[in-house]
Amino acid sequence: MSQTDIRVGGATAPPTPARARPYWTSRRRDHLAGYLFIAPQLIGSLVFVFLPLVLVVWYSLHEWNVLAGTFDFVGGENYAALADDPNLGSVLRATGLFSVGLVVLNLGLALLLAVLLNQKLRGTIVFRTLFFSPVVVSLVAWTIVWGFLLQDNGGVNGLLDTIGVDGPNWLRGEGTAMFSVIVVQVFKNVGLNMVLFLAALQGVPAELYEAAEVDGASRMRQFWRITVPLISPTILLTSIITVVGSLQVFAQIAVLTQGGPGTSTTVLVYYLYQQAFQFHHFGYGATLSIVLFGIVLALTVLQWQMRKRWVFHES
Amino acid sequence: MSRDLSPRTKVVLYGVLLVLAIPFVFPTWWMVTSSLKPISDIFAFPPQLLPVHPQLEAYQRVFELQPFGRQYLNSLYIALVVTVGTLAVSALSGYAFARIRFRGQNVLFLVVLTGLLIPSEVTIVPLFQMFFKLGLIDTHWPLILVPILGAPSVLATFIMRQFFISLPAELEEAARVDGLGRFATFRRIALPLSRPALGAVAIFTFLHSWNLYLEPIVFLSSPEKFTLPQALTQFVDAYGGPMWNVQLAAASMTALPVLVVFVLAQKQFVEGLAHTGLKG
Repeated sequence: MSQTDIRVGGATAPPTPARARPYWTSRRRDHLAGYLFIAPQLIGSLVFVFLPLVLVVWYSLHEWNVLAGTFDFVGGENYAALADDPNLGSVLRATGLFSVGLVVLNLGLALLLAVLLNQKLRGTIVFRTLFFSPVVVSLVAWTIVWGFLLQDNGGVNGLLDTIGVDGPNWLRGEGTAMFSVIVVQVFKNVGLNMVLFLAALQGVPAELYEAAEVDGASRMRQFWRITVPLISPTILLTSIITVVGSLQVFAQIAVLTQGGPGTSTTVLVYYLYQQAFQFHHFGYGATLSIVLFGIVLALTVLQWQMRKRWVFHES
Repeated sequence: MSRDLSPRTKVVLYGVLLVLAIPFVFPTWWMVTSSLKPISDIFAFPPQLLPVHPQLEAYQRVFELQPFGRQYLNSLYIALVVTVGTLAVSALSGYAFARIRFRGQNVLFLVVLTGLLIPSEVTIVPLFQMFFKLGLIDTHWPLILVPILGAPSVLATFIMRQFFISLPAELEEAARVDGLGRFATFRRIALPLSRPALGAVAIFTFLHSWNLYLEPIVFLSSPEKFTLPQALTQFVDAYGGPMWNVQLAAASMTALPVLVVFVLAQKQFVEGLAHTGLKG
């Protein structure tokens, strides 16, 4: 657009020579429209995502105690403190355990439910509604109810008692607390992945199974050789969503176990919250935020790489 | 995998489905029935599947102990404002990224998309400081502004963009030829066609705001400002132990209305979420 020297001045402008074009060509208008349309999102991202990200790095280089009113540049000291933090090993172990347990149980159960609901059966919609319903129940309400059910003398052990099993104190036992938190979260959100799997299963052409049947392939073999490869894009998508979601877990821990017993269920976000907002170590809290960011980044890149190798085809 | 099943297989499948449904349905049942029990029957053995001495006292106590009506309103209006705001922001930018050609488009889209990797848990410490400097601690602004403009709306934008790309462009081109401007084309042609995507985005945005817990406990400190998730954890006795029946009554009032809406509109809920953009 080089012909910008001839301006058109509003409605009273004299007719311009045919060669000249107004400044606001449709191309320019489009550029402007594009920027205006994305302006709220872009400015929002800069202010509420990228500025805080820069600040979190800046804070992590400072010793900052809000109560004492100190804010001193300490360079890499907070990062060195990570290595000396006696809790960090346990926190990372708990975070990893929670994520792995959640992803395996969630995706496994979601796929099982989706396959069951994909059968020619009456009433699958009713079951689909039931399995999905916890997704819409308030997270803290759901967690409180399970906390109530998992008390030593609560509903779960009451039901186990009636069949002669002496249940453990789920939320207070070292071995059972993490398992309980994972299971509560799986039942809460497995419906979402189930629905995504169900949509994917319905997209698998029936002829493939018929052909496999003719070749004498067993149901199990058909599942592993036809179903799983064909729905692999959905498996990847749900695993990314579930992994990133699992790293954000907070309310469940705060309500069910407060990170205990000991530090066995203190996951990274809960630890970050404790350090920053309960102990007022903002600098160290920021450093832990960087660790969390690093983990999210690494896992996403890893899964994106896996897409190339494992995912069968992409639309 | 829809093949005809023998009657025997069907019976087995129904049995499996019924057993699997227990952990999804029983908690809600137990929440509502236990909220109707006096505290002395809460841990009765054998468990009372139906309350033996039903009463509504716990529901009354909820409103005596906390400004629960106010808190309910807080959660509701915040979730509604966040939903409408997110729809506006994400439909506009999703449309621009899908349909309008402008310089730097792809780079800017990648920049925005990066927000998906930066959940607000990562930035909660500086966000707290920023709102503290602005004097907005113990107000609802952080719970409204961050979801609409920050990381949570990025997924919404991505879904809207995918949807607009899948729409046939001819209708809009015809409108443009007729002299409609960009915004009018978006507003009158594209937006009405994107109802399914808007519905899906609205549902998950509402639920996301409705479920927020870390942000409210970081930003809010006065009970009359609390949102529901935060309020639910406040029903404790003098020793810090939960007042179970009162807590469960509050939880029931929080969960049941959304559940009822869901059951009435479950087709749109489930299918909208499954078929909009989120599909691989």
